[in-house]
Amino acid sequence: MTDVLEHAGGNPGRSGHRLSIAAARAVYDTREEIAHFFGVTDPMRVIFTSSATHAINLTLRGILKLGDHVVTSSIEHNAVMRPLRNLEKQNIRLSIVACAADGTLDVKDLIKVIDSNTRLVVMTHASNVVGTLLPIAEIASIAHQAGALLLVDAAQTAGALPMDIQAMGIDLLAFTGHKELQGPPGIGGLVIADDVDTTKIEPLMCGGTGSRSESEEQPNDLPDKFESGTANLVGIAGLGAGLKWVKDKAINEIREHMKELNQALLDGLSIIPRVKIYGTLDPERSVAIVSFTVTGKSVSEIALRLDEEYGVLSRVGLHCTPAAHKTLGTFPEGTVRLAPGIFTTVSDIQEATQAVAKVIKS
Amino acid sequence: MTQYGVVLFYTTSSVMRAEKLLKTEGHSIKLIPTPRQFSSDCGIALRFDWNYCEEIKLMLDEAKVEYANMHSLDT
Repeated sequence: MTDVLEHAGGNPGRSGHRLSIAAARAVYDTREEIAHFFGVTDPMRVIFTSSATHAINLTLRGILKLGDHVVTSSIEHNAVMRPLRNLEKQNIRLSIVACAADGTLDVKDLIKVIDSNTRLVVMTHASNVVGTLLPIAEIASIAHQAGALLLVDAAQTAGALPMDIQAMGIDLLAFTGHKELQGPPGIGGLVIADDVDTTKIEPLMCGGTGSRSESEEQPNDLPDKFESGTANLVGIAGLGAGLKWVKDKAINEIREHMKELNQALLDGLSIIPRVKIYGTLDPERSVAIVSFTVTGKSVSEIALRLDEEYGVLSRVGLHCTPAAHKTLGTFPEGTVRLAPGIFTTVSDIQEATQAVAKVIKS
Repeated sequence: MTQYGVVLFYTTSSVMRAEKLLKTEGHSIKLIPTPRQFSSDCGIALRFDWNYCEEIKLMLDEAKVEYANMHSLDT
C-alpha cells in the first residue's frame, strides 16, 4: 500500500502518464488475481466496491424490478436484510427461508417458496454469528431450475475456504477485503460468473470511468459500467497483497488451521459450566466463528472483563443481524462471539477459554 | 525509423490486460496517452511496431481482449 502511494500515486485510468499507468497496473493485477482465486475466466467480471455491503446493494438494486420475487435465509446479516426490507417497500416480494436453531438450512424449505417469479436468491455462505455454512451448491441448482440467479454473501468465507464459483454454481459473489482475504478495510467487490448477462444489471452509480469520455451515457463495458468514480487504489493494492499472502499460504492449509482452532474453541468452552454454545458445534460444517451465552451473566459484562482483565477481544450483542439471533433464540440479548484469525494459535485459544472460565467463576 | 501503430481500447482494464499479454510474449510496446486524432475512448493507447500488426491483432483476438480498433501512426 505504501509502495503504490509512493510509486504509483496517479489516478488509475484517467491519464496516460506514468503514475496513472502504474496505478492502473496495480488495480488490474489485483483484478486478475481475484478472478483467478474465485474461478472466473474474465477478469473484467471482478467489480471493485467499497465493501461487501456495497456489492450486495449493487446486485439487489441492479437486478430486482417491480413485481420480482427474491428469496433469502433467516440468518442473513443486515447487509442483505436491510436492502431487502427497503426494496420490499418498493413492491419487491420477499420470502425468508427459516433456518434451524443451529443456523442450518434445509433446501426443501427453499423449494417450497421459490416460484417462476423468483428473480434472485440471496444467501450468506456462512453465518457471521455462529459460522454455520449453507449448502450453496444445492441452493444454486434449485435457484437455476426456477430460472433465478444466486447471489452469495461471502464476507465470512472468501479467503477462508477454497471457492470456485463455477463449480458451486454461484452467479454473483460479494466479498470484503478486510476479513479472511487479509486486506485493509474499505475495499470489497462483486465477482460475476462468466455466463451472467450483465446488460440486465443496472449500475448503482453512474459517472466518470476514464473510458468513452465522448459520451454522456454510462458505458456498458465491464468493469467500468459498475465502477464510476475514482478507484480505491490503496485499498485495491492492499487487497492484492493480502490475497497474495493467502495464495502463498495455501487455502487448504488455512482451512485446516481454522478448523483446528474452531475445535479447540468448542472443546474449551463446552467444559465450562453454565456456558451454552450455539451453531452446529462441528468445524466441518462451519467457519471458525463461535457464539455463546452464560446463564445468569450478561454478555456485555463478560466481554468487558475478557478485554480488560485478560486481553481477550470479543464482540457481543446482535452482530448486525437480528434475523440470525431470532433464529438462534438469542434475540434480543445476543451472544458473546469469539472469532479467531489466521495468526491465532491453539494455545491462544486455550488461554481465551480459560479466561472465560475465570470470568464466569468470579 | 520505426513505423508505429496504436491499439485503442474502450476500458483501461483492457489496456492493462493487453499490455501484460503482449509483454509476456516479448513484444516491444509502450502505453501512451491516446493521440487526439483518434477521438476515442479510453485515455491510454498501446503503441506497437506496425510490422507486428497482424501478429498482435491475432494475439488480442485469441485472448479475447476487447479493443476498439488499430491505427497506424504517421510520424
